Amino acid sequence: MFLVFSLLGGVVLLFIIAPLAAMFLQVSPGVFAETAADKEVRGSIMLTLWTSMAATAVFAIAAVPLAYLLARAQFPLKRFVNGTIDLPIVIPHSAAGIALLGVFSRDTIAGKAFGALGIEFVGGYAGIMAAMAFVSLPFLINASRDGFAAVPQRYENVARNLGASPIRTFFTISVPLASRSIVSGLVLMFARGMSEFGAVIIIAYHPMITPVLIFERFGAFGLKYARPVSVVFISVCLVFFIVLRSISGEKRKFFQ
Amino acid sequence: MTPPDSGEIFVDGIRHESNAAKGPQISIVYQDQALFPHMTVWQNIEYGLHGRVKAKPERSARVRALARELQIEQLLGRKPGTLSGGESQRVALARALAVRPKILMLDEPLSSLDIRARAGIRSILRELNRSGITMIHVTHDYEEAISLASRIAVMERGTIVQSGNPREIFMCPKSEFVARFTGIKNFYEGSLVRTKHGAATTGTFLTGPLTMSVAVDARPGNGFIAIRSEDVTLSLAKPESSARNIFEGTIVDIIPTGNGVEIAIDTGIDIVARVTGQSCSEMNLECGKKVWVQFKATAARFIPAASPP
Repeated sequence: MFLVFSLLGGVVLLFIIAPLAAMFLQVSPGVFAETAADKEVRGSIMLTLWTSMAATAVFAIAAVPLAYLLARAQFPLKRFVNGTIDLPIVIPHSAAGIALLGVFSRDTIAGKAFGALGIEFVGGYAGIMAAMAFVSLPFLINASRDGFAAVPQRYENVARNLGASPIRTFFTISVPLASRSIVSGLVLMFARGMSEFGAVIIIAYHPMITPVLIFERFGAFGLKYARPVSVVFISVCLVFFIVLRSISGEKRKFFQ
Repeated sequence: MTPPDSGEIFVDGIRHESNAAKGPQISIVYQDQALFPHMTVWQNIEYGLHGRVKAKPERSARVRALARELQIEQLLGRKPGTLSGGESQRVALARALAVRPKILMLDEPLSSLDIRARAGIRSILRELNRSGITMIHVTHDYEEAISLASRIAVMERGTIVQSGNPREIFMCPKSEFVARFTGIKNFYEGSLVRTKHGAATTGTFLTGPLTMSVAVDARPGNGFIAIRSEDVTLSLAKPESSARNIFEGTIVDIIPTGNGVEIAIDTGIDIVARVTGQSCSEMNLECGKKVWVQFKATAARFIPAASPP
């Protein structure tokens, strides 16, 4: 049985690795260097990295406390809230983009309010970040919630018994003890946001993040031109992912 | 922490706030210590002092003083994961004491420790108690209760079934449950059939194949007999003595314990006698050997059954 399962597993692995490997092999080092030096490519990669990072950071401020509530508090409609959080994972991302556009376009109340503050969603950085966050938040919330749930409540009780306020208990006991899961959630959210295409392209075609740039080069010039950008971007993503994973102490888990 | 469903707690006439840093402090020490694993021993002890003691030097002084008192000075830089059970419990005590509680609540603080660590913590608790701090100590171990408590309350299913000083509890258990808790080995169910009136009240208790004489002032009826194993003596020949209860039996088990050896003798029912290790070897006691057991009628305590079986 194990032999059969191993063979089946091998097929799945091959299915993931083969296209990527083939793509990497089809890009010569010369073309790779040339693409990596391309100003438009560089700009879009930088943009993708910082918008995803910023979206993760901004939304973490509210998402981590929410995760704590979901792990600890009992409240009506909790199941509904838990289900809602997973919603962005299952709906098509282009549909998510359309939904966001409906809320943030220039002629809506929210759009006007943010516009008055100088924040443009459609075709703006805020729009890119909103689209990235919308589809990647579940990863942060789910990971953090599981992390908080795994912290024995006894530690929090002891802290409270020693006179610590709930907020101090949260920051000195709950967050540090759940930090692994939270950081891993942040990394996942960042990575997922970075790779988002569908929701972003609907709300902000320009400024162009790398997934959109790849799509555009494919549409305008064909496979030959889209491929090197993909390879450069994937390389950057992999480097970032590995570095972040090892920083968060998940190195062993990741490499095993 | 958990707000009371009803009622209030007063300590020295001041209301205890369940979820505030003000009011009289009641510190809790858990069986599993619950030391914060991401902090050093020092940080653990200091934790409750933030917000209470503003000046850092004073906080440090308190941590050091407690560490000295509990002999954990050399552990201050370590993380809880590297400590032994006894060391962890000392740290947990230091952490709880740092906030100068009016009452120290101990939830089975010794049960997760080995015997040596237990003795150490027990003597620390006794000293703390002598220094004037009130302790509420939850335990399943009656020896722990005897050695530490000035008052004992025995709880069964959430209610206190008996309270009093240790002597009252252990010499006069009011129910089967309390008697079992006190660890009395010889505990038999049966019925009291006859009570003789005289200088001393003596009854006859039937349990299984045996008939015992017991000193009682209870009415005849169903109930239990409790005999402390220390009150049972053994002899190799049929003894001539004033003891009313003398039975012949066969040794079925020999159990070494912390203070002596417990010998189980089958006399129709199993009776446990506690003897010293010395007499055990001098008498050549071994399984299968025939011996005589005896105990005085006054050593057998009759406990009427709560409800007729």
